[in-house]
Parts: sequence; C-alpha cells; structure tokens
Amino acid sequence: MTGRVLVGVKRVIDYAVKIRVKPDNTGVVTDGVKHSMNPFCEIAVEEAVRLKEKKLVKEVVAVSCGPQQAQETIRTALAMGADRGIHVEVSGKDYESLGPLQVSKILAALAKKEDASLVILGKQAIDDDCNQTGQMTAALLDWPQGTFASEVTLEGDKLKVVREIDGGLETIKINMPAVVTADLRLNTPRYATLPNIMKAKKKKIANVKPGDLGVDVSSRVEVLRVDEPPQRQAGMKVESVEELVGKLKEAGRI
Amino acid sequence: MLVRKVTQNAALCNAVLRLPQSMSGTQRQAGALVAVQSLRPYVSQSAEAVLEKSSASSGVAAKAERVDKKAASVESKSFAVNMFKGQISTSQVFPFPTVLNEEQEQFLRELVGPCSKFFEEVNDPAKNDQLEKVEDQTLEGLKEMGAFGLQVPADLGGVGLNNTQYARLVEIVGLHDLGVGITLGAHQSIGFKGILLFGNEQQKEKYLPKLASGETIAAFCLTEPSSGSDAASIRSVAVQSPCGKYFTLNGSKIWISNGGLAEIFTVFAKTPVKDEKTGEVKDKITAFIVEKSFGGVTHGPPEKKMGIKASNTAEVYFENVRIPAECVLGEIGGGFKVAMNILNNGRFGMAAALSGTMKGVLAKAVDHAANRTQFGNKIHNYGVIQEKMARMAMMQYVTESMAYMVSGNMDSGATDFQIEAAISKIFASEAAWTVTDECIQIMGGMGFMKDAGVERVLRDLRIFRIFEGTNDILRLFVALNGFQNAGNQLKNLQKALKSPFSNAGLLAGEITKRAKRKAGMGTGLTLQGSVHPELAHSGALAVKAIEQFGEVIEELLLKHGKRIIDEQFVLKRVADCAIDLYAMVVVLSRASRSLSQGHSSAQHEKMLCETWCTEAHERIMQDIKFLRSGTSKQIFKNLRAISAAVVENGGVVSPHPLGF
Repeated sequence: MTGRVLVGVKRVIDYAVKIRVKPDNTGVVTDGVKHSMNPFCEIAVEEAVRLKEKKLVKEVVAVSCGPQQAQETIRTALAMGADRGIHVEVSGKDYESLGPLQVSKILAALAKKEDASLVILGKQAIDDDCNQTGQMTAALLDWPQGTFASEVTLEGDKLKVVREIDGGLETIKINMPAVVTADLRLNTPRYATLPNIMKAKKKKIANVKPGDLGVDVSSRVEVLRVDEPPQRQAGMKVESVEELVGKLKEAGRI
Repeated sequence: MLVRKVTQNAALCNAVLRLPQSMSGTQRQAGALVAVQSLRPYVSQSAEAVLEKSSASSGVAAKAERVDKKAASVESKSFAVNMFKGQISTSQVFPFPTVLNEEQEQFLRELVGPCSKFFEEVNDPAKNDQLEKVEDQTLEGLKEMGAFGLQVPADLGGVGLNNTQYARLVEIVGLHDLGVGITLGAHQSIGFKGILLFGNEQQKEKYLPKLASGETIAAFCLTEPSSGSDAASIRSVAVQSPCGKYFTLNGSKIWISNGGLAEIFTVFAKTPVKDEKTGEVKDKITAFIVEKSFGGVTHGPPEKKMGIKASNTAEVYFENVRIPAECVLGEIGGGFKVAMNILNNGRFGMAAALSGTMKGVLAKAVDHAANRTQFGNKIHNYGVIQEKMARMAMMQYVTESMAYMVSGNMDSGATDFQIEAAISKIFASEAAWTVTDECIQIMGGMGFMKDAGVERVLRDLRIFRIFEGTNDILRLFVALNGFQNAGNQLKNLQKALKSPFSNAGLLAGEITKRAKRKAGMGTGLTLQGSVHPELAHSGALAVKAIEQFGEVIEELLLKHGKRIIDEQFVLKRVADCAIDLYAMVVVLSRASRSLSQGHSSAQHEKMLCETWCTEAHERIMQDIKFLRSGTSKQIFKNLRAISAAVVENGGVVSPHPLGF
C-alpha cells in the first residue's frame, strides 16, 4: 500500500457556456470558449484531497489528457490540494478522437507506473456524457470498481463505497487497489483560493506522451455528424375534439 | 517689443508672414498676427518673474541653464499632459499597453475562474444589501480567497498582483457586488495602500501579512466634518512629545469606510513642523499608521446610506491616542503628498470595477430587450432601445479601455498618470450611472422592482461620483493640471524669446505652428502610423480636436493668466473636452490593436470607436466654440447671477405660477 491516489481531471467547455455546433457539423466550437474542469472531476479531486488531509493517503496525483491547455486544469487541481500533476500530451487529430477507451488505457498504465492504490474519477464528463472511463479503467487493470459513489470510507485495505443506484443507495465493500467514480453528492468541492493558486505554481507537472506509456490512442469510433438539438416547432390551438382528431390524422399521427 | 525683436530675424519673419499671406482672407492674416502679438503680455510678465527669481542667485545665466535642464528632464510622456499643449505624445497610449508577461498572464487566467465562481455561487449581493453588512461566511470566504491582500507582495502573505492583474479581479467584484467592492477597496486600495507605497521595511513587515490575510482590516481616515473636498483644511492634530518618541493624536473623522471594522487606520493629522531654515513653526499634514490597540480610538454606529450598504461606514474618533514615532508614514509634514498619492494610485481600480458593473448591467438589459415582446416585436428591434444599448456598449468599451490603459501605464513605470487616472474615475462613475439608469429604463417597470437587482446597483454606484475626490473637484484638477503644464511650456517659449538668435529653431517651430493653426491648416500633428489605417478618419478627428484644444488652452491662459484658477465655469468645460479627447485616443488605441491583431470583434470595435470619435469630436468642437464665443461670457454671468439669487432667497426665486 503506497497511499497514492490518482485523480483524473478533464478539461471541458464550461457548464455555463452555450454550446455552438461548428458550421461543418464536425463538432462543437471550442476556440475562444471558456473551459474549466469537469464538475465531476472537481468532486473527485476534493475527495482525494480530503483523504490526504485525513492522512489516509500520502500523495494525490492529478492527471489530464489533452493539449497544452490541459495544464490549466491540472493547475486547478494542484491549487485545490493535489501534490503533483501528470500531463499526458494528446493534441490535434488524436485529441479530437480521444474517447473513454483511450483515456482508460492511459490511466491504467499510469496507475501501474505510479503504483497507485486508488484511482478516483468523475462518473462522467459533461461534454460527451460517456460514463465509461472509470469502468473501463477498472476492467483494464482488473481492479474492483465503486462507481457513482456518494460516500467513500477507507477501512484498512478495504474501501466502503455507498453507490447511488436507481431507486436508492447501495453500500459495497471492495478490495484495494480500486477505481472509484464520483457522483454529484459525494462532496462539495472547495474553491481554489488565490494564495493556493500561487503555491500551486511551485508544484510540478510531468509531461508524458501516450507512446511513453505504451498506449495506442488510435480510435475505433468515427464521428459522422454533430447536430444542434432540433428546434421546438410552434404548436397550434384547436377549437374542438373533431378538429384535433382531424389535425392528428392529417399529420399521420393516428 | 519682444515680437519686434523676433521679427528682426528674417527667417522667422517669413515663417510668420508667409503662411497667412498664402490664405485668401485678410481676416485670417490679422488673426495670425494677433495670436503672435497676444503672446506678448504673458511672455513679458513671466520673463520678469523669471528674471526676478534669477537675480536672487549669483549668475543669471547659470540659473537659466539650470532651469532649462530641469525643464528638459521633466518633459512628460503623458498623453493628457501633452494634449493641453496641443501636442501628441503617443508613447503611453500607442500601442495599447500589454504589460503582462506570459507567467503573469497565465497566473491571472488561473485566478479569474475561482474568483468569478466565488461571486457567482457564494456571495449574495441582495442579502448583503438587506443585512447592511457582508455576510459573515462571505467575508470569511473572501479572506481565505486572498482577496484582502491582492497587491501585497507574495513574501508578505499577499497575492502580489500588479495593477493590471488587480484591475482584472476588481472588475469581477464590480460586476457582482459594489458593496463588497468598497469593503475590499477601502481596505487595500486606500486603507493600507499608504503602507505599500510609503511604508518602510519594518512597517511593511509588521502590518502587511495580517492585513493581507484579512486578519486585520484597514481604513483610510482623511475626511472630517469640516474638511471634505478641501483636504488640506483638516483639523485633527498630532503633537509630538518633547522626547520625540510619540505623537498624541486628537480629532474625529467622518464617513470612514470600514471605520467600524478596522484595526489599522491610515490617519492624516496636522503636526506642528519647524522650518529648519527660518525656525518658523507651521502646521503641516502628516500621515500615521494608527492601531486600534493604541487606545483612545473609538467609532460611531454604522451610517445609514443610500447604497453600498453592505460596506461599513462610520465616524472614527481619536482621543489622546499615543502614536509611537515609528508609525509616521512617509515624512513628518509630508502627509498631503501621501494622501494624494494613495488616491491617485487607487483611481484606476474604480474604473476597472465599474467597467465590470456596466458589463453586468448591459447583460441584464440585453436579456430583457431580446426577450420582451411589445407591439408584436421583441423590443430590441426598436430604434429607441437600440440606441440605448449601443451607447451602453460604447461607454463600457471606453471605460474598460481607460482602466487598462491607466493600469498598464502604471505597471510600465509611468509616474505622471494623475490626469489620466482622474479622467478614468470621472468617466467611469458617470458612464456607469448612465448605463445603469438606461438599463432600468429598458426594463421599464421591471427594472424599478427590487427583484431585478438593478436598483441596488444604481444606489450602490451613486457614491462613485462623490467619494475619493468628487467629480467636480477632479474636473478642476484635470483642467488646472493641464493648464499648469501648458503654462510651463509657454514659459520655456518666453525664455527662448529672450535670446531669439540662439533659439531660432524652437521659435520658428512654435510660431509656424501657431500661424498654421490660426490659418486652419494642419500643424503637422498626426496619429498616422499609430492608428490602424482603417481608423484613419477617426484618428484625424482626434488630431483636429487636439489642435483646437491646445490652441484654446493657450488662448485661455493668455486671457486669464493666473486667474484661470478662479474661472470654474471655463475649467469645467475644459475638463469635459480633456475627458472626451482622452477617451477618443484610448479607444483609437484599443480598436487599432484589435484590428491589427485581427480579433473576431475588430469590426465591431471599429464601429464603437468611430461612433465615439465622431460624437466626441463634435462635442469638443462645440465646447471650444462656446468658450471662444461672447455667448459663454454672458451665460456664465447669468448662471452666476441665478445661483446668487437662489442662494439669497433660500431656494426658488420666482413666485408660483398660480400666485400662491
């Protein structure tokens, strides 16, 4: 047991930004758009930092996969209390097609390399809503997984995880090392304060390439088209039941 | 006589005479001559003044040389100073200052997010307003956040921001809650700024770490019941003990922001100071750091105010407060300088905060205008609303540009930014008022309701036209500062006239300039090369305005001499022109940068800039025309008389139209 926690932090378009689709329908506009850390990743960082503050783990390492700007997201994690960062540099075409499988391969490789005893991730990212990375990482490592966690307790070399499932809560106990994904109610992440942001400037961010980890990031998924949600059509008012039935027939609904 | 001497030089003579001759009308020729001739009384008077002074020293020539050197070394790079001389100094305004290095910019980027988030998610401006204090948890959060020591050096526990970085964060505060803004501003922008600017090492080490963490809060104590705008007339007195180890302070201060919360006060009081040479004892203002723990420091209840209710404002009383001599801030007797420097250094922050306020208010207006349907159309389709929104956007653009122009100048080490800083405060506070007022107007009845959250903003920002130097006093300050510099230039010219042959070049240049200006020709001033070619027309308008402005300043100086100080009707209008002119140049610079960098908003900014410049140019020309006309004299006389009558009568003079 090394007491090292690996936390994944993803840089996504800020939740408050109104998303616009590129005119050529290949994706969404990201240039000049405000980005921030995926909110579920913030919860994951907070949980890891709390474990460290309770002296249950020794070190918190924040990882982000992406272009140069991903370092900003890592800096935020460092300002929140992570000890050091790893920037897995993926850019250009590779970054555009980077999906849960590629990221989980990277995370699995890093978890082994760093000898982590716990990987905490957000349950999903608010941009692609995949909700797969945690599960895939656990599978690739062949570690137990505690997904959708709303409470995490370290009990010796075991982990008690309260999971948010349909219709209620499920409490499980899993062996460490393990992968946990954070749900909304796990905690309320702290604000990065200005003095902590200053201190974070001194913390180190290592730069690695997927190749260094022996990971092939080529994708098996091809994005055909990205569209705006259809605009809601205007409705109409009808005077009588007969008219309603008539209109529905006309529209081919009945 | 002096002029005749000058005309003995053939080259100069030609310079003066040739140009008007090339014009068709004899009237213009006469005008040019009058311009040169009218220099005479002023020039000869100041020549006498200089001669008198010079005769006191042993060698007249030596003295004159020294004066020359001094004059040369203080040649200001400030755009505002130079525009009063009818000159253009571009170094501080073009290109638009970019002062942050990569690391500073990166750091600032990281700060903006958490800071905004805190204000969006934790701070509740309506609640603060209603409670008439900043909520405890918010205040604690702000302290943890580091918001109390933004400009304190990092090794003393602060965030170590420069002025530009500070402006960017203050803008966020202004966008959300001016009441909190005042609490923070009264603390660091004026409360302990004196320690940052004038404190010695021991003072900095002793006070700044606790101030930066918010463990102690600071307040700035200048205003007294009988001393508002006239800051030099304060009555608080600090008398030094015979042993010299401490001062005893007595007096009371009013309307002190954070007065009821502060532990550390920057206090200004009169101290008897003995002149080393004459032995005469005179009262001079000295600045002190006063701790509440010294004893004898008490405060009144929080004042009930129109706005910025969340901030604490109270009277502060000093009764036989024993201040150790180590707590003198700056030099004994140097307090007025300390006070003015603190205020000068803080003004850009108000412009930055209010540019944020305007941004927020504009967004609210847009949201309403884009969604509200009347007469079958969204109201943003109507011209009346469009004009309002366009003007709001323009004023926000000017204010924001001014804020970062001034902070950028300060960060690049400029020291003569006082006119610019004052202009930014005046402009920002008035623009913010107009923009917020128009937002309420666009929102109609909705805007008048408390829940819309705009009426609070209007109440909050009203004080910005009053405090830290009322806009009225600052207008006089802008105009008189400008006149002083322009006057000095005329003095130099007069010196050159004393020995015309050795100074032929300077004189030829000056006289040619005046003659050309009088003749309505270009003086060779230009902004070409500084302004983006697409904005050439607006640039030309600015140049024209500067030429005319410089000329009218000189005319006014020649006409009023030293008495210009008392011509407040004139000074106010001169300041208005100066503000418009500076605003023109600031937006020209910013829009030029956007155009040359190919920003996606460049064409929009170009439109903002062109519209602003065209209208500002009109206003300036109108003001100048008015100042030159006989009408202005009559109008000023009328205004004076009406005011006198109203004062005499204790209010309205005319009887009620109904007779009772």
